[in-house]
This record gives sequence, C-alpha cells and structure tokens, in this order.
Amino acid sequence: MRNSVKLTILALIAAGACAIYLFHDLNGSYGYALPKRTIKVLGMVLTGVTIAYATVVFQTITHNKILTPSIMGLDSLYMLLQTLIIFFLGSGHMIIVNKQVNFLLSVVVMIVFALLLYKFLFKKGSQPIYFLLLVGIIVGTFFSSISTFFQVLIDPNEFQIVQDKMFASFNNINSDLVWLAIALVSLVMIYAWRFLKYLDVLSLGRDTAINLGVPYDSIVKKMLVIVAIFISISTGLVGPITFFGLIVANLSYQFFKTYKHTTLITGAILMSVIALVGGQWVVERVFTFSTTLSVIINFIGGVYFIYLLLKERKAA
Amino acid sequence: MIQVRALSKLYGKKSVVEDVTVDIQPRKITSFIGPNGAGKSTLLSMVSRLLDSDTGEVLIDKSDVKKMKSNEFAKKVSILKQSNYMNVRLTIRELVSFGRFPYSKGRLTEEDERIVDQSLEYMHLTEMQNSFLDELSGGQRQRAFIAMVIAQDTEYILLDEPLNNLDMKHSVQIMKILRRLVDELGKTVVIVLHDINFASVYSDRIVAMKDGKVVKDGPTEEIIESSALKEIYDMDIPIQKMDGCRICVYFSS
Repeated sequence: MRNSVKLTILALIAAGACAIYLFHDLNGSYGYALPKRTIKVLGMVLTGVTIAYATVVFQTITHNKILTPSIMGLDSLYMLLQTLIIFFLGSGHMIIVNKQVNFLLSVVVMIVFALLLYKFLFKKGSQPIYFLLLVGIIVGTFFSSISTFFQVLIDPNEFQIVQDKMFASFNNINSDLVWLAIALVSLVMIYAWRFLKYLDVLSLGRDTAINLGVPYDSIVKKMLVIVAIFISISTGLVGPITFFGLIVANLSYQFFKTYKHTTLITGAILMSVIALVGGQWVVERVFTFSTTLSVIINFIGGVYFIYLLLKERKAA
Repeated sequence: MIQVRALSKLYGKKSVVEDVTVDIQPRKITSFIGPNGAGKSTLLSMVSRLLDSDTGEVLIDKSDVKKMKSNEFAKKVSILKQSNYMNVRLTIRELVSFGRFPYSKGRLTEEDERIVDQSLEYMHLTEMQNSFLDELSGGQRQRAFIAMVIAQDTEYILLDEPLNNLDMKHSVQIMKILRRLVDELGKTVVIVLHDINFASVYSDRIVAMKDGKVVKDGPTEEIIESSALKEIYDMDIPIQKMDGCRICVYFSS
C-alpha cells in the first residue's frame, strides 16, 4: 500500500471518529450539546497535533525513538507550579479558578524555563544534546520531589484539586482557551514549516547533516524551542500527556516505514486524533466516565513502551 | 585550494592540533598519515566544519570557512566520517539522493535524478540501488556513502579512514575509485589513512602528523623514505621498490 493511500485512510478514520463523537446520540441538541462537543473535539485535535509533532521532532533531533519531550522536565514544572499555587494561595484563588489565567501563566512559565535552560546550556558553543537531556532529567526529578513534598503537607481537600491536575483531562476544556491555543499553534506551525525539509537530513546524524549543508546547531535550537512551546501549550490545555506522543510516534514509524517527516508527522497527528477522539468517545459512552482517557492511555502506552524496549534490545 | 592557517584545537588543556599550517593542492590525492592520536581526524573535522577550531583559520578558495553559508559550503566540500550510524532505514538510492540536498532541498529535479543515476553507476551500485543499507556488507555500505558524496558533486572530497574494517579487495576497489575521481573528474581528495602502503601507492602528496603537529609535507616520494618515516613513526622502516611502487616493509622492524 502506498503511503499516500495509508494517509488518506487514516484521515478518513480520523474524520469519522470526530463525526461520531460530535453527532452520536445528539438528540437534536444542536444549540447546547453540539457546541460543547465541538470545543472538546477541537481541544483533542489540538493536543494530538502538538504532541505528535513535538514528539516526532524531538526524537529526530535526539536520534532516539524511545524518548519523549517530557524528559526535559516541562511536565514536572507544570505540576510544581500548580502545587505551589494551590499550597500558597489556595484552590479558590483566581489563578486556579480562572482557566485562562492559569493557562497563560503555565505556558509562559514553561516556555521561559525552557528558554533559560537552553540559553544556559548553549552559552558555551555547541554542547552535545545528551547533556541537555541529562540536565532535564535532573531538573525534572528535582521539580517532582519538591511537588511531592508540598503535596504531603497540603490540606487533604486541596490535594484533591492537585490530583485533578495530575491527569490529563478533556472534560473541562474551556472554549476561549481553545481558540487562543489554536492561534498560537498555527503561528508556530507556519514558522516551523520551512524547517521541515531539514528534519529528513537530521535523521542521518549530525555529521552527515552538516556535510549536506544543514546549519545543524541553529536548526536544533529552533526545533527545541518549538518542541517546548508545543508541549507547554498541550500541557497547559489538558495536563501532562506527553507519554501519549511516544505511542503515536512509534506507531507512525512502524506503519509508514519511511524517513520522510512530512509523512511521519502527518501520520502521527492523524493517529493521535483517532486515539484521543475515539478513546474519549469510548470513555464517555462505554465506560460512562468511570475512568479517564489518560488512565487508559498510560496503561496502553506502558505496555507498548515495554514492547518497544524489548524490541530495541533485540535489535541492538 | 584549501589553506589551513595556524589551526589549533584544545580539549581541556590538552592540545590535539597545534598551530597547523598546510596547503592542500587541487586535483590531487593528499593523504594524512601518522600515529594514533596525531590529530589527523580532528584536523579533517575542523576543515569540514564538523568541529569548531579554537584559533587559526581554514580558507577554501580564499574564503574563510567560518563565514561561508552552510549550503554554499556543502556544494564545495564534502566529508565522510568513519562511522555512519543511522537511525533510519534507507535504500542505497535514497541515501545517494540525499547527496543532492544542498541543491534541491529534498525536491529532486530531473537533473538531480540523472546525477544520482550517474553516481550509482560510477560506484557499480545500479543493480542493487533498492537494497536497504542495513542488508549490505561493510564494503558495499562504504561504496554507497561514497556514491552519496559523488552525487553531492563537490570540488573537494574529504574522507576520514574510508578503508576502516574493509578487506584487501574492497580497500583496493575504493582507492582505485578515488584515483579515478581525481584523474577523470578533476576532484581534490583528502584522505586520512592508517596503512602507509595505500598512501604510498595511491596518493600524490602526503602530510604526516605527529602529536598534533605537521612533521612532513611533500610529494609521496619524499615522504615514503626511511629517514622521513623514522621521524614520523620512530621506527626503522625499509622501503622496497616493486613494479614502480614504494612498499614499506614495517612488519618486522
């Protein structure tokens, strides 16, 4: 089967999943249920796009197919931020109640953190990217430990609110946020478009990429900034869900078996939309909200991750 | 012409390349020889911008390498390193097509396809162009990478130990191809070699390095000579002339 055919089929399934989610059991509630569902679908599509894009790009620049951008510690920073706000200001504070303010604050803090980290690390010429990852792991662990420390001290009722933030959820996506996020993501996408062609060459390794005239250091830095922005937006919108990217990125590699990033990224995006929208529909209709999508994703993702590890070990 | 001017590289406080000044003559094969750790590969990496130099400069046709645009540089100079590990699965043809990236940015024109065909033909890879790289032997892989460099169509071709892990037959094959690139296509080839006999038989000029410095630089006949080799390797190496080739008999010295 040609890859364009595969992409078309995936696109049809994704569109079908969205249609089912939007119109199944609507009972003519065009004025109330449909707009609400539309916002949710938009939120899920946006999450799918950002996570898939960020993960594929991140794995290409790190030359590693079992890493996710969460290794840079952005998720941990998000949790730390939410925990600290609830601990010091209380769950009734405007920053927690007002979704827009919370979203903007989280995104700005995460992006500023990522930029500072890069600035600090790339100050002395070109450091190997693994150095960045190691620092990311250490900083991420540090953030998680601090969060746990405050979560232990916090009032049990307040902890419930913190716990809500720990799992990604599509149940309370705010409509204003979605439009804001779509605008942000579109702008970054337009900016990133011209660098897409370099990604194919980057997957040949640093030396070959430089040999073929890719301005390697500057492209890698730009890509890392784009990854940080996308992860920040999706985390701010629905919560920590980067693990999901690992699944769709690897499924896309296996399914398309190509080095072309336009195909790989589009495929991963379509798969995320299918998984998120379809999964959310199952959660709502089959499990009747008795579980959340992120629990299912983490379960399936965990199993798939172990499978990948075993497979990579065999290949090595 | 490639001109290296007072180039140095430090790793921490240890200098691996120290104040190297050398000219690479155009349309010739220049071999870099010397003991392990002499700084040959480091020098080549700096010339090809894989590594930043600490002081000094590299001029290619009189322009400073650091000031050239990445893409323009890639049309003039190509480099092939020793190890070419890749994370993706490619066919030979796909790899060779990447050689056209500096020109076409991934959208191959008919002209590009024609050059890819020629490069494959040149390396005798046309018949297996659709095989995957990970299914090939070391020699075939190396040929595929050289085909990519040929498709890149640069005036200068730098190769870092291209004979590593190759058997005699494939080593000879690759060296003959490099010779043809110089004689037939007018390329300038710079190559790091470990086997001085390959350097002796195939190169026009030899640059010998030791402890980060250039100790000898000249036409092959002047370097493949017992007193010069003594200075480079600290070994008494007798030279035997056979069929017009100078062979270093270093095995029992």
